[in-house]
Amino acid sequence: MVGIIAGIIQDGLIYGIMALGVYISLKILDFPDLSVDGSFPLGMAVTTYCILHGIQPYLCLIIAFAAGAAAGAVTGLLHVKLKIKDLLSGIITMTALYSINYTIVGKPNEFLSVDTATVFSVIPKNTPFGLYNYRYIIISFIIAVIVKKLLDWYLKTKSGFLLRAAGDNARLVVTTGKDPGKVKILGLALGNALVALSGALNLQYTRSFNVSAGTGTLVMGLAAVIIGTSVFGKIKHLTLTSGVLLGMIIYKGCISLAMLAGLEAKDTNMIVAVLFVITLVISRAKKKGGEQLC
Amino acid sequence: MLKLSGIYKTFNKSTVDEKVLFSGFDLSINKGEFVAVVGSNGSGKTTILNIISGDIAPDSGKIELNGEDITDKKNFVRAANIARVFQDPAAGTSPSMTIFENLSIADNKGGRFDLRRGLNYKRKDHYRELLSVLGMGLEDRLGTRAGALSGGQRQALALIMATMAKPSLLLLDEHTAALDPKSADIVMNLTDKLIHENSLTAIMVTHNLRYAVEYGTRSIMMHEGSIVLDVSGEKRNSLTIDDYLAKFNRISIECGN
Ligand SMILES: Nc1ncnc2c1ncn2[C@@H]1O[C@H](COP(=O)(O)OP(=O)(O)OP(=O)(O)O)[C@@H](O)[C@H]1O
Ligand SMILES: [Mg+2]
Repeated sequence: MVGIIAGIIQDGLIYGIMALGVYISLKILDFPDLSVDGSFPLGMAVTTYCILHGIQPYLCLIIAFAAGAAAGAVTGLLHVKLKIKDLLSGIITMTALYSINYTIVGKPNEFLSVDTATVFSVIPKNTPFGLYNYRYIIISFIIAVIVKKLLDWYLKTKSGFLLRAAGDNARLVVTTGKDPGKVKILGLALGNALVALSGALNLQYTRSFNVSAGTGTLVMGLAAVIIGTSVFGKIKHLTLTSGVLLGMIIYKGCISLAMLAGLEAKDTNMIVAVLFVITLVISRAKKKGGEQLC
Repeated sequence: MLKLSGIYKTFNKSTVDEKVLFSGFDLSINKGEFVAVVGSNGSGKTTILNIISGDIAPDSGKIELNGEDITDKKNFVRAANIARVFQDPAAGTSPSMTIFENLSIADNKGGRFDLRRGLNYKRKDHYRELLSVLGMGLEDRLGTRAGALSGGQRQALALIMATMAKPSLLLLDEHTAALDPKSADIVMNLTDKLIHENSLTAIMVTHNLRYAVEYGTRSIMMHEGSIVLDVSGEKRNSLTIDDYLAKFNRISIECGN
């Protein structure tokens, strides 16, 4: 039981970083960015390649982050410069990334042997208090919190202000003499960078790469963002970013429950779809209630 | 300071919906002028503001600001010198951000939006002072989201934000039209005050003829893409609301509506 709960929190933290990326594109920029379905496995592919080429595991995270940023920037450029619709821009990048990810790793599946060093290896076997057994959850927690704190900090900088204004009211960005298109590209780059970082961490945890691992990433992130902002959004002193991380943990918990209840892995996408509709309906109902109050 | 010459603009060219709006539109505005623009619906008031701000490109013609040709400049580049307040109170502020955050953004206009702290604590007292002039109690609500304010309050905030960086030209498009009469008067008074205090040059589109008579230094009446009345000084001061109405009616009859 403890193992299952630890597994849920573990997964929730790793995928929570992805949800923070989706939070930026979807909630802040109001951009349904499907390229995340490609940038999550991009993070995995880049990390697989880098680890197999002997690059330091933490450096791999940074390289994956940069690769994700590049992918997000491409989506942004397609949308802003070529005036392609938001959904379509994301689909194009996602489609291209499938080939790119395949090419990076060279095959559709790849595994890292159990003795390969990863970011979790900084807690060695002989660490006191049996911390070794909790190395995954400890490291994931530390990384997720650092990412969350950095994001909170960024959103309070002048650049972060502009990003928030761009999603809220692009006119205001124009008024301040800045190009809203550029701000959008920057935001999409940042969002996809976090998604790829999440993929990189996930790869080092599971040690297995699958070129199709990104399917459903956006919907999963969306569900966590909606759970996070609608369930935890009203709690004082809890930032929305913390809410999103918690949202992903809850989401992973629901999936685990469904599995315990006898559903199989092949059913998860169905559960995701159903859960997604439910959260959407709930959040819409809440909004309506709010409007009636006004 | 602002000079539009030979502006041509046709919407939906070579389609059944073709609409020739401007054919050789000229307008010159001197520094310090406060121009009130009136005119029937569809006469091209909003479009001309959009052409000045760079949101709509004319088919041909030239736009000069402070002696510089800005015809090919993008809207956000022109924004360095041109500020704008819209009819929709939601258009001038970021609703999910607080009053303090909104003011800090506007205050940083022309500056770098980098990784320094977004909130400008050094200027907080100055912001409070600007807000207290409104008499709306906003000075004690810096932490309130702009989206939670009433239309009049938001418009007043938008006006303060637009004039903060002392633009060379202020464009106002029916910026009191969405407000109740009392809020409209408050915002109009504030507008006049800010324009005077900062010696701004301004163009104000309004359907409120009383405002066109009481405020400003020059009046322009537009009809179907041309200027049909352009008065300032003594001549303008002698005009009453009824004179404007009479002119309106005469034009409408001449054009057969
Ligand atoms: N994007 C557009 N496409 C097609 N026609 C347009 C467009 N923008 C404006 N027009 C037309 O140009 C004319 C002038 O419109 P404009 O909005 O400038 O009028 P206005 O003087 O601001 O009117 P109002 O007093 O109603 O605000 C109208 O006939 C309008 O239908
Ligand atoms: Mg108009």
